[in-house]
Amino acid sequence: MEAINNLISQGAVQDVLFWVFAALTLICAILVIANPFSRSPVTSAMFLVLTIISMAGLFVLLHAFFLAAVQILVYAGAVMVLFLFVIMLLDLKEEQRRKIKLFGLVTGLIAVGGIVSVFLKALASAGNGTDAPKLEGETYALGKLLFTQYTLPFEIVSVLLLVAMVGVILLSKRKLE
Amino acid sequence: MQVGLHHYLTVSILLFSLGLLGVIMRRNLLVIYMSLELMLNAANLALVSFSRFNDKLDGQVLVFFIITVAAAEVAVGLALIVALYRKRQSAHVEDLTSMKL
Repeated sequence: MEAINNLISQGAVQDVLFWVFAALTLICAILVIANPFSRSPVTSAMFLVLTIISMAGLFVLLHAFFLAAVQILVYAGAVMVLFLFVIMLLDLKEEQRRKIKLFGLVTGLIAVGGIVSVFLKALASAGNGTDAPKLEGETYALGKLLFTQYTLPFEIVSVLLLVAMVGVILLSKRKLE
Repeated sequence: MQVGLHHYLTVSILLFSLGLLGVIMRRNLLVIYMSLELMLNAANLALVSFSRFNDKLDGQVLVFFIITVAAAEVAVGLALIVALYRKRQSAHVEDLTSMKL
């Protein structure tokens, strides 16, 4: 019991959990974009749900509890249900294996390599900051900030949601007049 | 070794490049859209870890806004994809190269 308490206070459990969730996130993300067993969009959507849920685990490890809850509610709940709904509405067939053009592949890899090298350069200049931060991302603190310092962006986002709603209704009408 | 900012940022970078690869390599419009979501999530992870290790909540507020805007964007984008599919009967990017409907 003493040994377990020592481990928890030293943060060893959090470190193990970080590696588990990070590995789960990355493996599921690979399966979203390149699944060797199935080309169906439904499988991709299911693995995206898993990616999002394990990322909520990473948020909890970063003490962003409210955002972890929102991530699961909004992303894994609302957004992915919308995705699956559209996939089933369109009744998509399995994506055919067409030959990937060499030009597209080369330019894509160059783009990815360029962005990753820029990121790595920025990463090398960032400090690691492991000295136990005390921040707690709980609902009270976040809500207070949201309704004092960030009131205007909050209102603008609500108008944006209204605009998106009207736009979607207009777009999904059968005939655009 | 204790897990710090570098580890979280590395996960975020890997996730972002996976999303970018998906956008470039896949040919299905909906899977491309899912890869875009992956890239947004990578940005969210980086912002939350910055917020945690800088002891400031502003990053988390920004992530809150990003999640809201992403939800609105997904709704509009999927409505556009459905409208396009009704006209062309295909969600394959190589069948959708001309701008005229």
